[in-house]
Amino acid sequence: MRAILRLAALSAWSRRLTLGLTLIAIALATTLLLAVERVRVDARQSFTQSVSGVDLVVGARTGSVQLMLYAVFHAGAASNNIRWDSYQALTQHPAVDWSVPLSLGDSHRGFPVLGTEADYFRHFRYGDHEALRFTTGKPFAGVFETVLGSEVAQQLGYALDGAITLSHGLNELGPEHGDKPFRITGILAPTGTPVDRTIHVSLESITALHLDWVGGTPMPGLVIPAEYVAKFDLKPKEITAALLGLKQRSDVFRMQRFINDFRAEPLLGVLPGVALDELWQTVGMIERTLLAISALVVLVGLAGLAATLLAGLNERRRELAILRALGAGPGQIFLMLIAEGVLITTLGALLGFILLSLGSLLAAPWLLERFGVVLGGRWPSREELALIGMVITTGLVASLAPGWRAWRMSLADGLTPRL
Amino acid sequence: MSQTAILIRDLGFAWPRQSARCIDIAELKIVAGERVFLHGPSGSGKSTLLGLLGGVAVPQQGDITLLGTDVTRLPGRARDRFRADHIGFLFQQFNLLPWLSALDNVLLPCTFSARRRERTGTDPRAEAARLLSRLDLNTDTWHRPAAELSVGQQQRVAAARALIGRPEILIADEPTSALDAERQQIFVDLLLQETAAVSATLVFVSHDTRLAAHFDRHIALPAINHGAAKEATI
Ligand SMILES: Nc1ncnc2c1ncn2[C@@H]1O[C@H](COP(=O)(O)OP(=O)(O)OP(=O)(O)O)[C@@H](O)[C@H]1O
Ligand SMILES: [Mg+2]
Repeated sequence: MRAILRLAALSAWSRRLTLGLTLIAIALATTLLLAVERVRVDARQSFTQSVSGVDLVVGARTGSVQLMLYAVFHAGAASNNIRWDSYQALTQHPAVDWSVPLSLGDSHRGFPVLGTEADYFRHFRYGDHEALRFTTGKPFAGVFETVLGSEVAQQLGYALDGAITLSHGLNELGPEHGDKPFRITGILAPTGTPVDRTIHVSLESITALHLDWVGGTPMPGLVIPAEYVAKFDLKPKEITAALLGLKQRSDVFRMQRFINDFRAEPLLGVLPGVALDELWQTVGMIERTLLAISALVVLVGLAGLAATLLAGLNERRRELAILRALGAGPGQIFLMLIAEGVLITTLGALLGFILLSLGSLLAAPWLLERFGVVLGGRWPSREELALIGMVITTGLVASLAPGWRAWRMSLADGLTPRL
Repeated sequence: MSQTAILIRDLGFAWPRQSARCIDIAELKIVAGERVFLHGPSGSGKSTLLGLLGGVAVPQQGDITLLGTDVTRLPGRARDRFRADHIGFLFQQFNLLPWLSALDNVLLPCTFSARRRERTGTDPRAEAARLLSRLDLNTDTWHRPAAELSVGQQQRVAAARALIGRPEILIADEPTSALDAERQQIFVDLLLQETAAVSATLVFVSHDTRLAAHFDRHIALPAINHGAAKEATI
C-alpha cells in the first residue's frame, strides 16, 4: 500500500504541469461556483433584511406586499394615508415601545423623499440589527434640513451643508418646491438597503413644503416664503405609514390584530420579515435567474474540469499498461488513480475556496463603501459545502472513469506498445 | 530429470477482424532451463506468439501449459497474477517508467508479486543492486530516473527487472534491436549467464541469427507455424 502510494506520488510529480492545470481548472470552477452562490444568498439576505428590528409596519389597508413596497422600498405610491390621530392612538397602545412615522410623496431627481422624525435614525435597523451610521454630520433638527442616503450623496455629488430643492410627486419632472431649499445636515453610511437611495427630512418640512399647495399644484396667488412657515401649525394631518417596535416581541400578533381591527379607519399591520420573504417570492425571478446562472457556471466549470482531466489521462495510458503488465491488479491501479484524483480535486476545491475568501476579503472594503454589502471571511455554508462536494465528485468521476477504461484496454499496449 | 516449462498444443490465433490465422502451431515443447532462440522474418508472428505465452492475447483454439498450469483456462485476473509471479518480460521497447529511478524500476515486480518478492531473499533492494552490478551498471546511475539513462543502460535495467525474483520463464522480444552489433553480443551473453544462474527458461526472439550462437536450441517460427509441425525445428 505504501509502495503504491509512493508510485502514485512519483507519477503525479512527473505530470506536474498537466496536474497543475487541472488543479487551476478545479480551483477556478470552485471559486466561480461559490461566488455565484454567495451573491445569490447575499442578494436574498440583503433584500429580506432591508429592515430588521421593526416588529410591525403599519399602513392604510392594502396588500401587505404593496405596503412593504412603499413603506420599505419607497417605491410606488400609497393609495391611502393614515390619519395623524389614528397614528397617535397606535403609539399610545401599552405594548408599543417606540414608533416612527413615514411620509412619502416627494422626490429629488428620481430619489424618493422620506418625511419622518429624528427618532428614525435611532430606531431603524437593517441586516443583522445594524443601526444607521452617519459618514458625516448629524440628524436633521429643524425645518428645511435634510439627511441623505449614501448613494444619493455619491451619485449627485452632494456634500455636507449643500442645498437641494425637492420636487412634488415621484416624477422627476414634477413641479418644483424651488422656493424652499434644504440644507444637508448629514450623510449616512452605505447600508445596501433602500435607505441609501432615500432623502430624509422631518415631517414638519413636508407640511411646510405644501402650505401654499392644493391638490398637487401651487395655489395661485398665494406664496408663503420660507421665513414665515414657522408661524404656521406644522403638525402633519396625515402620514403614509409607520414603523412600530414593541416592548415584547411576543405581543406582535396581539398588536397586529389590534391594528387590523382598528375602528376609526381601516389599517393594515404587517410583520416585515414575513412580508419581505413573501415579496422576495414574488420577485423570485431574480433568484431563479441567479440559480440558472449558477447551474450554467457549474456545467461549464465541470465540463472544463473533465476535459482537462481527460487530456491528462492519455499521458497515463502507457504507464498504466506497464504497471499492469508487471502484475498490478485492479485494486492497486484503482488505489493509484483514486489517490491522485482525491488529492487533486480536494486541493483544487480548497484552493478555490481560499481564492474566493481572499478575493472577497480584498474586495470587502470596496463592496462596503460602494454597495454597503458586508462581506467577510466566513466558513462555507451547507449549500456551499454541497457545491464543493459536487466539484470533488465530478473531479473524481472524471479522473476515474477514463482511467479505468485505459486500464482495461492497456495490457496489449504494455507488452508491445503501439504508436 | 527435465520438466516441461512451456507446452503448446494445437494453438490457433487470429487478430480481430482478420480472416487469416496469424499463429497456427500443432505442438511446441520447451524444457525447463532450456534457452531458446526464436527467429523469423518481420511480421511472421513472433511477438504475437510471445503475447499468447504471456497471456496478453487469448487464443481462439488450443492450449498453452506453463509450468504445469494451463494459462488459457485461467480467468483474466488469475492470468495476470500468474504472469507477474512466474514470467519475466523484456520488451522490444524497454517499457521502464521514465519518472522512476533505475533501482525502483527493477524493484517493480516485487511490489506487485509477493512470490517474486519472497524469491529475492531477505532484501529485495540488495538483490536489485546485485543484479544491476552484475549487468555492469555503475552505482551512480541507480538513483537516476530511467528517462535520463542511455539506451544501453535502459536495456540492462529492463533485463534486471525481468530477472529479479527468479521467475521460472524469461521472455525477451528483440531486446537488442537498439544496440550496435558488438554491444548486442555482450548483452546477449550477459543475459544468457544470468538466466543460467537463476536456472530459468529463456525464450529469446530476434530476426538476427548472428546472435544465436550460445543458445541451446534454435526455432524458426515459419517452420513450426501453419502446420509445418515438428520436423521444422533445427
Ligand atoms: N495489435 C494487432 N492488431 C492486429 N494485427 C496485429 C497486431 N499486432 C500484430 N498484428 C499482425 O500480426 C502479424 C504478426 O505481427 P508480429 O508483431 O507478431 O510480428 P513480428 O514477427 O513480431 O515482427 P517484428 O520482427 O517486426 O517484430 C502482422 O501481420 C501484424 O500485422
Ligand atoms: Mg515483434
